[in-house]
Amino acid sequence: MLANALPASRNARTGLIALGGALLMLGLGFASVPLYRIFCQVTGFGGTTMQVTEAEAATVQVAAGHISVRFDANVDRDMPWKFAPQQVTQDMRIGTRKMAFYKAENLSDKPVTGVASFNVEPEYVGKYFNKIQCFCFELQTLQPGQSIDMPVIYYIDPKILDDPDAKNVEQITLSYTFHVAAQ
Amino acid sequence: MATTADHFQAHDDGAHAHDDHDHKPAFFARWFMSTNHKDIGTLYLIFAIIAGIVGGAFSGMMRFELAEPGIQYLDMFAKWFGNANPSFDQQLHLWNVLITAHGLIMVFFMVMPAIIGGFGNWFVPLMIGAPDMAFPRMNNISFWLTVAGFTSLLCSAFVPGGVGNGAGVGWTAYAPLSTYGSTGPAMDFAIFSLHLAGAASIMGAINFITTIFNMRAPGMTLHKMPLFVWSVLVTAFLLLLALPVLAAAITMLITDRNFGTTFFDPSGGGDPILFQHLFWFFGHPEVYIMILPAFGIISQIVSTFSKKPVFGYLGMAYAMVAIGVVGFVVWAHHMYTSGLSVNTKMYFTAATMVIAVPTGVKIFSWIATMWGGSLEFKSPMVWALGFIFLFTVGGVTGVVLANGGVDDVLHDTYYVVAHFHYVLSLGAVTGLFAGFYYWFPKMSGRMHSEFLSHLHFWVFFVGVNLIFFPQHFLGLQGMPRRYPDYTPAYEYWNNISTLGYKIMAASLVIWFINIIYAYTAGKKAPANYWGEGANTLEWTLSSPPPFHQFETLPVIDDKGHH
Repeated sequence: MLANALPASRNARTGLIALGGALLMLGLGFASVPLYRIFCQVTGFGGTTMQVTEAEAATVQVAAGHISVRFDANVDRDMPWKFAPQQVTQDMRIGTRKMAFYKAENLSDKPVTGVASFNVEPEYVGKYFNKIQCFCFELQTLQPGQSIDMPVIYYIDPKILDDPDAKNVEQITLSYTFHVAAQ
Repeated sequence: MATTADHFQAHDDGAHAHDDHDHKPAFFARWFMSTNHKDIGTLYLIFAIIAGIVGGAFSGMMRFELAEPGIQYLDMFAKWFGNANPSFDQQLHLWNVLITAHGLIMVFFMVMPAIIGGFGNWFVPLMIGAPDMAFPRMNNISFWLTVAGFTSLLCSAFVPGGVGNGAGVGWTAYAPLSTYGSTGPAMDFAIFSLHLAGAASIMGAINFITTIFNMRAPGMTLHKMPLFVWSVLVTAFLLLLALPVLAAAITMLITDRNFGTTFFDPSGGGDPILFQHLFWFFGHPEVYIMILPAFGIISQIVSTFSKKPVFGYLGMAYAMVAIGVVGFVVWAHHMYTSGLSVNTKMYFTAATMVIAVPTGVKIFSWIATMWGGSLEFKSPMVWALGFIFLFTVGGVTGVVLANGGVDDVLHDTYYVVAHFHYVLSLGAVTGLFAGFYYWFPKMSGRMHSEFLSHLHFWVFFVGVNLIFFPQHFLGLQGMPRRYPDYTPAYEYWNNISTLGYKIMAASLVIWFINIIYAYTAGKKAPANYWGEGANTLEWTLSSPPPFHQFETLPVIDDKGHH
């Protein structure tokens, strides 16, 4: 301690250190936004699905178990699109690569750019749900009245069978919601 | 030392100086530009009483509406707030506004200003033998920012907030209700109010930390500080580390609302759950911010009226430190129903229950302090005993709610309302009244009536228990929070709860009569009116203390002052 320093300068020093602590926490508060996003992407927290490359997907071995995926589609309340899955469910061996289609149609008379948010239920299988290709990775623009089929290519990681919480899951729901992209 | 100036009453006579030693500035300079810790403490206490009346009136309006099923009074209340012809939705919106305002006022503008700004400012410098706070001008800014924050919150009730006037989002202000769910400036006023109150509290925290670390009298080591000073020190650290996170979260709310960001909006990749995490990362330490100084007050009082030092002084001090530290890693027990995984819930359940250990250390140490003591049931002691009982009840229901599985059933029911009012409305407020009767003669120089103080306690005690104990039953029967109406099955206990409110309100009348009594007929208070048990430094000074104290610093001997 600065026992021999002037009281005023000691106080200023302590006060500034305390202020620094407060500013650090303020910074952490804002830093929590990217940190939370990274945390979700890495751990699959909140049902965040994983994104994998072709090369990573090629190494996966098909496992013994079967699993089913159910497809869900929603639009945000201001979104003038019709958006629906082309299939209700898909059954597969765990580890098999599958392709599913969603159909979107712009019902308005203006071009609309949409962005999809997504997750899976139950939330704790997010880290085993691997997407190789997905329309949700980029913005989609539809002209008035235009409709398109949008693919998602995915597989369920066989590591799900090693997870005591997740190995008995028989069906995973993959859900998308389309929002109007911020301009 | 100096004259015994009637400075609490100095509103009218502050203009003329008393003697050459104890100069006081003129009225305006003294009360509006104050840099004196005792005057600022007094201002905080007066402010907290006013804010408490407003927040308490709001709760009374809600209790009257809830006395019977159906909507009886909301139409009338909406007219009071200037809406000549309120639609039914606007009446219901007013209900949300009342809930929001009641919560925010009681947390930020009643309990915190009273217990930290009021008693903390008054007695931390006195108890550590310091002439004043480290940054007296910053102290003044803190107070007036708090007033500005309160004004901003009141303004929000009279500007559009979506369905009707006012911000109706609950004190938690969850997105998306607080973003695109509340159009209009009311929510922005409420957020601005929190910014101001938060900045004020952060500055206050810096002030307390600096004062306590640097300005203790010679010989007053950290381990000799009175427990009230310890409690304010721990509280100041909680404020310093928790409030900036709230500031960040509500700043992001502001930008989401007004500047097109999407921090909490999935359409731009944001997540509303993140707001809940940020809010409760602040919100849980916040509840300890409100209760820890009350722990400190109770420790002083129990020791004084048992005429014994506090049992397990170091354990008591570090129990508060432990509560503060663990309090930062339990926040998601407020979010059990937000979709957490089983493992996450297990962690938060276990971590939350750990807090019962240091809290139990405190409860048992108070009891052990009384054990074998020479007990005297003066008014502060009765209030302190009431505190220990009521806080323990709230603590027990807290352990129940800590269980993630149980909370799935009880979440957002009146059981939760009963729990947190037992620890805050009954716990912290009882602690405040205990501190008030303990120190009021010290602050004012006039003795209150012991009879009226005891009467105040018993009427208050009956009233608040009648309000909140039946709410446990209502919650267990499934009555949800935050609604103005309910099925007639819940009428019986709601009726009793409203009766309890009337009794509690009557007790406040006794309190005001007691204050009037003290100033008109109360005896002059001697320096140490509680006798040999009161041995902290404020009792070495006159009542009220001189305008400037400890110009020669007191030296603390080895006997200790806790």
